[in-house]
Amino acid sequence: MANQNDGTIAGGGLWGWINARFPLDKMLKQHVTEYYAPKNINAWYLFGSLSLVVLAMQLVTGIYLTMSYKPAATEAFASVEYIMRDVDWGWLIRYLHSTGASAFFIVVYLHMFRGLMYGSYRAPRELIWIFGMLIYLALMAEGFFGYLLPWGNMSYWGAQVIVSLFGTIPVIGDTLSEWIRGDYFISDITLNRFFALHVVAIPLIMVFLVVAHLLALHEVGSGNPDGVEIKKYKDANGVPLDGMKFHPYCTVEDILALGVFLLIFCGVVFFAPALGGVFLEPPNFEIANPMQTPPHIAPVWYYTPFYAMLRAVPSFLGTQVWGVLVMFGAILIMFFLPWLDRSPVKSIRYKGWIAKVALALFAVSFVVLAYCGMQPPSGIFPLLARIFTIVYFAFFLLMPWWSRMGSFKPVPDRVTSNAH
Amino acid sequence: MSADVDQGRRRLLVTATALTGAVGVALAVTPFVASWKPSARAKALGAPVDIDISKLEPGAMLTVEWRGKPVWVVRRTPEMLKEVGQAKPFLLDPESLNSVQPAYAKNEDRALKPEYFVVLGVCTHLGCSPMPKFQPGDLTVSADWPGGFYCPCHGSKFDLAGRVWKGVPAPSNLTVPPYSFVSDGRIVVGTDATHAA
Repeated sequence: MANQNDGTIAGGGLWGWINARFPLDKMLKQHVTEYYAPKNINAWYLFGSLSLVVLAMQLVTGIYLTMSYKPAATEAFASVEYIMRDVDWGWLIRYLHSTGASAFFIVVYLHMFRGLMYGSYRAPRELIWIFGMLIYLALMAEGFFGYLLPWGNMSYWGAQVIVSLFGTIPVIGDTLSEWIRGDYFISDITLNRFFALHVVAIPLIMVFLVVAHLLALHEVGSGNPDGVEIKKYKDANGVPLDGMKFHPYCTVEDILALGVFLLIFCGVVFFAPALGGVFLEPPNFEIANPMQTPPHIAPVWYYTPFYAMLRAVPSFLGTQVWGVLVMFGAILIMFFLPWLDRSPVKSIRYKGWIAKVALALFAVSFVVLAYCGMQPPSGIFPLLARIFTIVYFAFFLLMPWWSRMGSFKPVPDRVTSNAH
Repeated sequence: MSADVDQGRRRLLVTATALTGAVGVALAVTPFVASWKPSARAKALGAPVDIDISKLEPGAMLTVEWRGKPVWVVRRTPEMLKEVGQAKPFLLDPESLNSVQPAYAKNEDRALKPEYFVVLGVCTHLGCSPMPKFQPGDLTVSADWPGGFYCPCHGSKFDLAGRVWKGVPAPSNLTVPPYSFVSDGRIVVGTDATHAA
């Protein structure tokens, strides 16, 4: 069926009329019905589509929240209580949104870990990784701006700490943090602009980046647990021999995964929306008080690995910008992953014990740092945070060496999978 | 592209157009960047505040708000001042060389009048508000605690003159705002003889 502007009618009726004017049929084929994913992808490959579903859910619930929320310091906290108590189903919409934020980070972290395991960022997929990292950065910014909006005491002091990070930059720091806040302290003005960024600016950027991420993916094709290219062997029609149509073969898997995900997700939403203070922190049930810092201040769990690194670095030379540099460096360094990894094979399946130990150490350091970031900065935690900050950075900085060391198993010519 | 195009001229025109456009974009962006600065109203609300300290008991602390930040006024007892004199070995910057304070507070007590200690209750690490822990040996800090201020966020410690301890995240002493005594029982924070705020 032709659908170009070459004078031929692409089918009849409304479908043909549309396709003569808009490449609907072409796009559906390119991205859905005739997009070929490798036959051997496993459960680790489900988190991409899940994060897309969570994004959609955050957009919809977010739009509904703005219908009752008031972005003003005197009204914000009360308007959230109003949503929780007086708006029909308001509690559900808010808990979907607040639990959705944590769920977003969970699926994204698993999605990224999949990339680390199977070398999804290796050539020719470097740009997919970079777009993904930009989405991750946008997601962190989105979470940060959104966290101020309930105007609870943890919202307030969390924003205070993060904006102060910019104040540690020599010379311009104070002016810069004043510019970000629009005031001498976190105030109504700050709340109002964070609302605009959270609701309009960052979501637009995120949607754009997700489109770029997917276009880049569909241009080069999906990776797989064997780390081989399915485009190497094609049949007479140019279809990869080891590929399967995204629809219906991947979509059914994704729908099943969504069912399992929603089972767990709804369990949290309905039975433990605060998840013991991890998803919603107790001090945030009190209104913001500029005169009183909560006794123990900690960001939400998804930032805590980086927060632990910030605290692990002592100040010297009269400034504490070093901790800030380490924290941002920890995120920035991930962008360079495609060029740090010099392994002759992509997938962990064909790597030796060195790569497996390195990846395990990295995963452990991320989890330990996340835990340290939630704890008060006393006892064993500062020491643990220092040790695992070094492990975290060693994983990346020494990767050009360790990724080449040891023995590798031969990579198969085609994917290994059993029919199912 | 035909052969008789003057490529040098074309390059010059493209460059000149692009540069002019870039200047235009920079000018057009300026109002949007500048709109994020503190507004006229925010500046007006940051005016100096008047504090009545006539009813402050010895050893007690008063907290008032100035520019959204807590300003502490501590009426120090002779014992507390003695502690300030002995704290030097623990301190990172005992002479307040790398810290922010008006010249008249750049002394050991960090105050105009040693009895009254005026300071911003904002940790120089990341802007949390430290807690007054004046009681020596306060177990919420440590058994050998000599008394001072303790930041619950990241564990920074300060003595009774707001001077930072060695080996804590905060890099400098607590900031002393500009202030002056209007009379014995009244101070104004945010303005003094040298600073007009």
